[in-house]
Amino acid sequence: MGEQILKSTRRAYGEALVELGERNERIVVLDADLSKSTYTNLFAKKFPNRFFNMGISECKMISCAAGLATTGKIPFASSFAVFAAGRAWEMVRLSVGYTNLNVKIAASHAGISVGEDGPTHHCAEDIALMRVIPNMTVLVPADATETKKAVFASAEWQGPVYIRLGRPDIPIIFDDSYDFQIGKAYVLKEGKDVSILACGLMVWQALQALELLEKEGIEAELVNVSTIKPLDEETILRSLSKTRCAVSAEEHNIIGGLGSAVAELITEKLPIPLERVGVKDRFAESGPWKELLKKYGLTPEDIKQAALRAIERKEKGGLK
Amino acid sequence: MNEKVKELQIIATQIRIDIIQMLVQAGSGHSGGSLSCADILACLYFSIMRHNPKDPHWKERDRFILSKGHACPALYAALAEAGYFKKEELLTLRKLNSILQGHPDMNKTPGVEFSSGSLGQGFAAAFGMALGYKLDKNPGRIFVLLGDGECQEGIVWETAMGASHYGLDNLTAILDYNNLQIDGKVSEIMEIAPIAEKFRAFGWTTYEIDGHDIEQILWALSPERIVEGKPTMVIARTVKGKGVSFMENEVDWHGKAPSPQEAERALAELYKQLEELKGNGRADS
Ligand SMILES: Cc1ncc(C[n+]2csc(CCOP(=O)(O)OP(=O)(O)O)c2C)c(N)n1
Ligand SMILES: [Mg+2]
Repeated sequence: MGEQILKSTRRAYGEALVELGERNERIVVLDADLSKSTYTNLFAKKFPNRFFNMGISECKMISCAAGLATTGKIPFASSFAVFAAGRAWEMVRLSVGYTNLNVKIAASHAGISVGEDGPTHHCAEDIALMRVIPNMTVLVPADATETKKAVFASAEWQGPVYIRLGRPDIPIIFDDSYDFQIGKAYVLKEGKDVSILACGLMVWQALQALELLEKEGIEAELVNVSTIKPLDEETILRSLSKTRCAVSAEEHNIIGGLGSAVAELITEKLPIPLERVGVKDRFAESGPWKELLKKYGLTPEDIKQAALRAIERKEKGGLK
Repeated sequence: MNEKVKELQIIATQIRIDIIQMLVQAGSGHSGGSLSCADILACLYFSIMRHNPKDPHWKERDRFILSKGHACPALYAALAEAGYFKKEELLTLRKLNSILQGHPDMNKTPGVEFSSGSLGQGFAAAFGMALGYKLDKNPGRIFVLLGDGECQEGIVWETAMGASHYGLDNLTAILDYNNLQIDGKVSEIMEIAPIAEKFRAFGWTTYEIDGHDIEQILWALSPERIVEGKPTMVIARTVKGKGVSFMENEVDWHGKAPSPQEAERALAELYKQLEELKGNGRADS
């Protein structure tokens, strides 16, 4: 893995928007006084007449984006995840979900890696909130490359999309040849002992966990589940029928997110042991983001321990 | 200039010094909006409000809610200065395990009345507190500080309507009108003017003052300004970053902490102001 180039997914989003804006006149962008943090300011600079700063009013922003969509525009609306998915939730449900309009919501500062701003600005609930809305597509890109491709794919996709973005600079995992499709999960490394299903910055953590597990003689399979909804059941079930046990890893509450989506799938189609790595149904706190990942159980070591537990349960016949 | 005013100016300057020291230590946080409300907080905690730092839950206390929660360094400095907790705690701001979160947390910090940071919610919570006090015939007053950008949130206007509907004359809101938000000038991003007229139309009594003039702040927050049956809105014209020359009116200082070098320059300016206040009886005006 060596020296890594770092970039935040929010910055990749801002850069991708500029490219999109050049290619497609119908792209319009909305923000709610956070354009420097979401990097929609890059688009604003280039296309000032297609950028609308709503002021600090996320609810209005979402319904306004829906109105724009009815006139044939492709709106991308951005704020922090806690405000876009949280505060404006019912607007997302009705104005975007129920109407099934062509609105893209790109929310940055998701998870707890927001860091020092603290729990009021963290958001470990947005995957759950967005996934439960009918018609909504939910994307959680793992790095800057995947983000850019996810943004382009969202613009082509007809209907509501939620794109989850992060604040910190994280390693770029994929090169430009990476093929991204909405609705597809990607096996990044094959293995036979346990499947690690990860999304967002936990893909990077999982890559490091693979090395730790290798030292213990365990061959884990890593699947990047960047589309949480619609879930790529086929790829996931193929992996699980081989390894017969799994770990989910997400920077989200263990309730309602990727781990829950996988649990829903396997209880119906392939009951096998699943261990969920995520924030354990509590609010985090202010602190440097890497220290938070450690304190709240989101490190490679946490993934490794979960993998060992999953394998142990498999060997004991699935029961704890 | 009377002694009380000078004393409050000294406290406000001390709060500004604490803000800079906290932020440089934390390495992140909101400088501009904290500095802009230091004079208002000094007047509230050291003259206007009836409260007891030794008994933060005293039933009849006046309460203060920082709805623009990102300015909590100013609140923490005022609370520490008033004796709610030890001043050493200030340097733990934004660090793991601290009682001082990046935005106010009522369950972690003595003296913090409500958890805020998501703009607008503190105002509505203050409205609820004022309703509760009325029900209990509690004589305490509820004070709440709003940002001007914050007034773009719909909940602010829902609350404005509610507070006057219920005739909450025990509620006094203060608007930190510095004409800056994150992306630029409030007047350019999403105009809120004419703000006094808007609140008056919603049934509030309004006063417009200079938010750095202690005498005007004390005048506006005095119980004598309350009109029976109406909530009060004090529109305080302020300068974001007030007290530190290179931060004043600079939009980039909204959500940024000073580097050690910048902090040194800022502190030099503030200590000079403090010395001038302490040195001669006729500082400023
Ligand atoms: C609901 C909500 N949306 C967005 C933010 C992000 N945010 C934090 S401070 C701020 C600007 C606040 O401007 P203003 O109210 O004028 O405060 P001040 O100038 O006094 O710092 C924004 C948009 C937030 N905290 N809450
Ligand atoms: Mg302001």
